[in-house]
Amino acid sequence: MKNLKGLLAAVALVLVTAPTATAQSRNETLIVVVESGPNTMDIHGLGANRPSYQASWNIYDRLLTYGVKSLPDGTRSYDHSSLKPELAESWELAPDGMSVTFKLRRDAKFHDDTPVTAKDVKWSLDRAVSIGGFPTFQMKAGSLEKREQFEVVDDYTFRVNFIRKDKLTLPDLAVPVAIVINSTLAKKQATADDPWAAEWLKRNEAGSGAYRLEAWKPGEQTIYVRNDQWKSGPLPKIRRVIVREVPSAGNRRALLERGDADLSLDLLPKDVSEIERAGKLNVVSSPIENAHVYLGMNVKTPPFDNVKVRRAIAFAIPYEQILVTAVHGRGTMLYGNPIASNTFGYDSRLVPFRADRLRAKQLLVEAGYPNGFSTTFSFDEGQATVNEPMALLVQEALGIIGIKTTIEKIPGANWRAALLKKNMPLYINVFGGWLNYPEYLFFWNFHGQNAVFNTMSYKNPTMDRIIEAARFEQDPKKYAEYVRALVLLSVSDVPRVPIYQPLLDVTMQKNIKGYQYWFHRYLDYRQLEKSDASSVAQNQKS
Amino acid sequence: MIWRRLLAALPSVAGIIVVTFVLTRALPGDPAAYFAGPAASREAVEEIRAKLGLDRSLSEQFLLYLGDLARGDLGTSLTTGQPVLSDLEVRLPASLELTMAALAFAIAVALPLGILAARHPGSWIDHLTRLIITAGVSLPVFFTGLILVYIFYYLLGWVPAPLGRLDAFSAPPPPVTRFFLIDSLLAGDIALFRAALAQLALPALTLGLFALAPIARMTRASMLGILSSDFIRTARTAGLAPRTVLVTYALRNALLPVVTLLGMVFSFLLGANVVVEKVFAWPGIGSYALEALIASNYAPVQGFVLMMALLYVGLNLLIDILYSLIDARMRIEA
Repeated sequence: MKNLKGLLAAVALVLVTAPTATAQSRNETLIVVVESGPNTMDIHGLGANRPSYQASWNIYDRLLTYGVKSLPDGTRSYDHSSLKPELAESWELAPDGMSVTFKLRRDAKFHDDTPVTAKDVKWSLDRAVSIGGFPTFQMKAGSLEKREQFEVVDDYTFRVNFIRKDKLTLPDLAVPVAIVINSTLAKKQATADDPWAAEWLKRNEAGSGAYRLEAWKPGEQTIYVRNDQWKSGPLPKIRRVIVREVPSAGNRRALLERGDADLSLDLLPKDVSEIERAGKLNVVSSPIENAHVYLGMNVKTPPFDNVKVRRAIAFAIPYEQILVTAVHGRGTMLYGNPIASNTFGYDSRLVPFRADRLRAKQLLVEAGYPNGFSTTFSFDEGQATVNEPMALLVQEALGIIGIKTTIEKIPGANWRAALLKKNMPLYINVFGGWLNYPEYLFFWNFHGQNAVFNTMSYKNPTMDRIIEAARFEQDPKKYAEYVRALVLLSVSDVPRVPIYQPLLDVTMQKNIKGYQYWFHRYLDYRQLEKSDASSVAQNQKS
Repeated sequence: MIWRRLLAALPSVAGIIVVTFVLTRALPGDPAAYFAGPAASREAVEEIRAKLGLDRSLSEQFLLYLGDLARGDLGTSLTTGQPVLSDLEVRLPASLELTMAALAFAIAVALPLGILAARHPGSWIDHLTRLIITAGVSLPVFFTGLILVYIFYYLLGWVPAPLGRLDAFSAPPPPVTRFFLIDSLLAGDIALFRAALAQLALPALTLGLFALAPIARMTRASMLGILSSDFIRTARTAGLAPRTVLVTYALRNALLPVVTLLGMVFSFLLGANVVVEKVFAWPGIGSYALEALIASNYAPVQGFVLMMALLYVGLNLLIDILYSLIDARMRIEA
């Protein structure tokens, strides 16, 4: 028993004296806590998850990037209307508008000191359009489809030939998948079975970006260190970034409040609004561009093939209650309008639907369902903190007009498979587009090509025609008319009811400055700054 | 005896290989859809299914799996992108270190409590034991974990942040046993040992509180039975010192069921780890297997179950050996 006491005392002593002997390195290091980390360093790789976008974004450079703009609320965002040089110093459209020629910067080097040349750019873009899966799909969105489009003119001149005039081609060269890989290094690791060195690039990086990968323990942490040779922009301020995986949302919040972490991108909406009220940490909330959370209906299966039923449901949704109770105010209400508040074509006066029980009931009677009907109502359990209260509110409201719903929670990992089957009659889902153009949203979500995002299996030839016209329209006035027509048509057919536009909440210590919103919604370490840690110390004491 | 026991375990290991293979395939998820990415069309999903070899027949997949196993290849985890074997190599010691620390804590508290409670039934210490047992059994692990984090980290700041095995600025010791406490001592790095111990304290306490209850209860019951038996009465009347009676005669005989229980508690803790691992961001095998299971990621699940099965076989063997050390009768029978 005496030994035990001694042991306990020793343990207690160690516990009390152990913490932080490392204040020095803290000033130069950014500690980010996330729910889960990357599963690959290769954004082109099979099954690359979302956190891998962040890794790829900071480790690799692209030909182009986007400029910055300040928003009215004082926060900063990338500017989707201005393209800026990254690995390309300058670029020029051909007189016939059917190709673009890039001059590459001559001082750019990969992390192993090999210069970045046009053949690396070609190999990388060839890889993106031919490796299959998500990168190939994303490149297609900018009419980048064939290897023959990419042409090496000389070591520092590179050309992209267009297969059609598409205003998304250049913007698409600045998205996370359009990385430039060190082809000399990667080719050494390629085999006959694996010509794109996918196996090797999964675990290793071959980039030229502002940060190198210092250490990566999947499921635990990723450490980045600044590339001091980086020439594609001003040298970043943060020397080292540690991204630590903390699965428990409550602990992520505790770590921030105690000052042991600097920043988190994924706290729960409820925690964020409490933190905002307490005022000890900074919260930057950006409306996610071209995104909406919606109630989808499968238009192929009765009774949702009847537009009156769909309209009845749109009038039954308790919009305000959802915003207050389920989302804790962290969103912008859309009331059925598919265009988000910071996308071209948004009109705050357009409120297609409001909660109106009588109107909903009347529409249901007109549709031939005076006594309502029963159906299943599905949502992604992986997003249950928001989805569950929202589903309950909708279920209750639908119950009042006679529509009985059985809620079906689908585990996060199976959600995509369930969407692909396109057989859920009624469900909550979210869409967010990288490229902030309304027709981009319509093309993926409402076009009769029936992409996976058209979860409703909606098909209307008029819709398809206007989308095609809007995509390639050069005249701004006509383009605006097309967009308006798209919105009105989607509201009158109402295959889905966009409910609100979500916010991206980033919580950080007060001494972290320079955060900038990106369309891919992940952190760009290059813009961040950390002033000395005294304010953090104060936080810890209080 | 050891070899015979090991041979006897072979059929159950083979059975486990078959059953996990079939069960993982029976999961409702579709790994191809999961890994095809957000924008994948149906054709893209089929393409990925073929790449993963999931378009082949079940028996064909099974034969391929057996071939890989024979070569010591457990496959690749799609969620971490690493070979399952190297994932397990890193994560198993983390879980074992946590479990053993928790068990050591539980034994250190539960055995004396159980003995004292049995020695003085109805006294305050008996009531205290009963209270601890009830609390340990009825409080869910995640709840104890979160409460402990809230009190000792968030409010008092006595323990470091719940960030896994080491704080963000320490590098792990050179791997020898992959137990950070041992490796840091081997490397002679006392500061690192302290850091690792400080990280370990709270999760081990959480898990230990949970394990404490059955051990204390079993010790108490077993001691009560032995203390009222004839040979103890004889020993007492023979005038042996109370300490000798209690420790040498009673405890030694009472330990048998406790050791059996310890084996069960240990294997149980390895499984119960998953909640503690989630709360404390502990990079162990429980959370690893759970994440793989959620993603219908077959290889790590199979690897995990197989490893656990082998671990149990080893553990049972160990317990049998312990038995024969404690109880001479076992040696004679064998």
